[in-house]
Amino acid sequence: MIQDMWNALLHQPNTQWVVLSTMLLGIASGVLGSFALLKKQSLIGDAVAHAALPGICIAYLLIGEKQLLVLLLGATATGLLATYLIQLITTTTRIKKDAAICLILSVFFGTGIVLLSKITQQAGGNKSGLDHFIFGQAAAMTRNDVYTMAGAAGGLILIAFLLFKEWKLLIFDPDFAKNSGLPVGLLETLFSTLLVITVVIGIQAVGVILMAALLIIPTISARYWTDRLGWMVVIAGSIGACSGIVGALISTISTGLATGPLIVVTAAGCFIVSFTIGPKRGLIQKLMAHRVRLKEESI
Amino acid sequence: MEALNVKDLQVAYDRKAVLDQVELSIPKGSLTAIVGPNGAGKSTLIKAILGMLKRSSGQISILGKPYSPKNRNVGYVPQRGSVDWDFPTNALDVILMGRYGHIGWFKRPSKQDIALAKEALHKLGMADYADRQIRQLSGGQQQRVFLARALVQDAEVYFMDEPFVGVDAKTEKAIIDLLRELKQKGKTVIVVHHDLQTVPEYFDHTLLLNRTVIANGPTEQVFTEDLLQKTYGGALAFFSTNGDKRVMS
Repeated sequence: MIQDMWNALLHQPNTQWVVLSTMLLGIASGVLGSFALLKKQSLIGDAVAHAALPGICIAYLLIGEKQLLVLLLGATATGLLATYLIQLITTTTRIKKDAAICLILSVFFGTGIVLLSKITQQAGGNKSGLDHFIFGQAAAMTRNDVYTMAGAAGGLILIAFLLFKEWKLLIFDPDFAKNSGLPVGLLETLFSTLLVITVVIGIQAVGVILMAALLIIPTISARYWTDRLGWMVVIAGSIGACSGIVGALISTISTGLATGPLIVVTAAGCFIVSFTIGPKRGLIQKLMAHRVRLKEESI
Repeated sequence: MEALNVKDLQVAYDRKAVLDQVELSIPKGSLTAIVGPNGAGKSTLIKAILGMLKRSSGQISILGKPYSPKNRNVGYVPQRGSVDWDFPTNALDVILMGRYGHIGWFKRPSKQDIALAKEALHKLGMADYADRQIRQLSGGQQQRVFLARALVQDAEVYFMDEPFVGVDAKTEKAIIDLLRELKQKGKTVIVVHHDLQTVPEYFDHTLLLNRTVIANGPTEQVFTEDLLQKTYGGALAFFSTNGDKRVMS
């Protein structure tokens, strides 16, 4: 199987492109996911991913064909609407944030599934390939899809690099950021929008159900290796990239396996390794520290 | 010259006024304590002045000009509990955040910025802790990191929200030394302060606050039994030792 993977990677341009784009997606999710985790917005990412489904279906119903850019615009629209509604509910009603996220996530996803069933019942609808958006199918992506995704992911990584210092302060201490003259509201809005875009470009390869995992798992794995935000972002990006590459390769060579679950399983493997041997409060490090403390106490 | 002037400030939560008709001015070069009972709106006052909370009304001027963070003449020390100390960063990095307003967009801190941050760490007796993850610092050390961060902001007027709460004696001394040094350099420091005992010793100007200004002036004129009782609604007990009036809250 490893042989097959190498062959595909070395000789099939289509595979090369798919792998490159899922790799960039993995980096972008790791980077944005790091900021989202520290901002305590990981769950918002999950809601956005699920909320993207009705947007995709509505866009498809409107134009009647599968044009990725239009579908992603639809997904972005409903994704942003979902974040806005979650904020509106938490600020104007007695409903707490976790309940609001749960409510919006399920209602939007339910609506999406209803629309999707409707589409697949239509003549020719079952060939639309829209059901790939549920669990992701990187192999089904066309060359243009791959360009769109790779371009957007590259842009996201660049913006995160440029605004690294500003976002760090904004997340650590928003009041101090304001006092330093940073446009806090603008930076917040920009971050939420970029988080939505990250999720949206990932859903074709990873699927709406599991996209949030690609934001969260590489990020929490990275936290076990470092106490510095810069390194955390780099490590999370690398774990995301590895997961993207491995998931896309396996799914491309063994046809029929959905990409999303493979990516998530790979990332989960990285998490278990990090959780066990990571030097910053990983399991083994903690046990050793505990033993040292016991020894010191007995002396 | 006035360091701070506030006119007709009102702040409301859910249409209930927490601060009302606040008018005050603080002289330049003073060490000012903001004193009042819990819920008097002390932190709210600072945050409303600095635009971190929405004001229903009010004009704020700093050193004669309307307040704007872009003037970079105001430094800020938030309450220690207001941030997540598990954040992946170290002491030096937090102090460098005080330079971000000066550094400008997209750029990284320069060698000069780093030298300034290290100098501030040294001044607060924290030179050995530059690389320490902030979670591993004691409460007093975390407070000193926040003060060092404000110091490198290189401001004219400083606002500090309860810097003395929960700190060890060494940190308390480091803070008060720093405040006196800032005063000597002609800076103004405005501090929300909890410990009534130390007000006359540490501060030359005092603002008594309870939803509105009860009194504002030189400490020896304002820090009297009458005015304190008025501020705390008669909930204070006084006792005297050696003819010296002491106050218990």
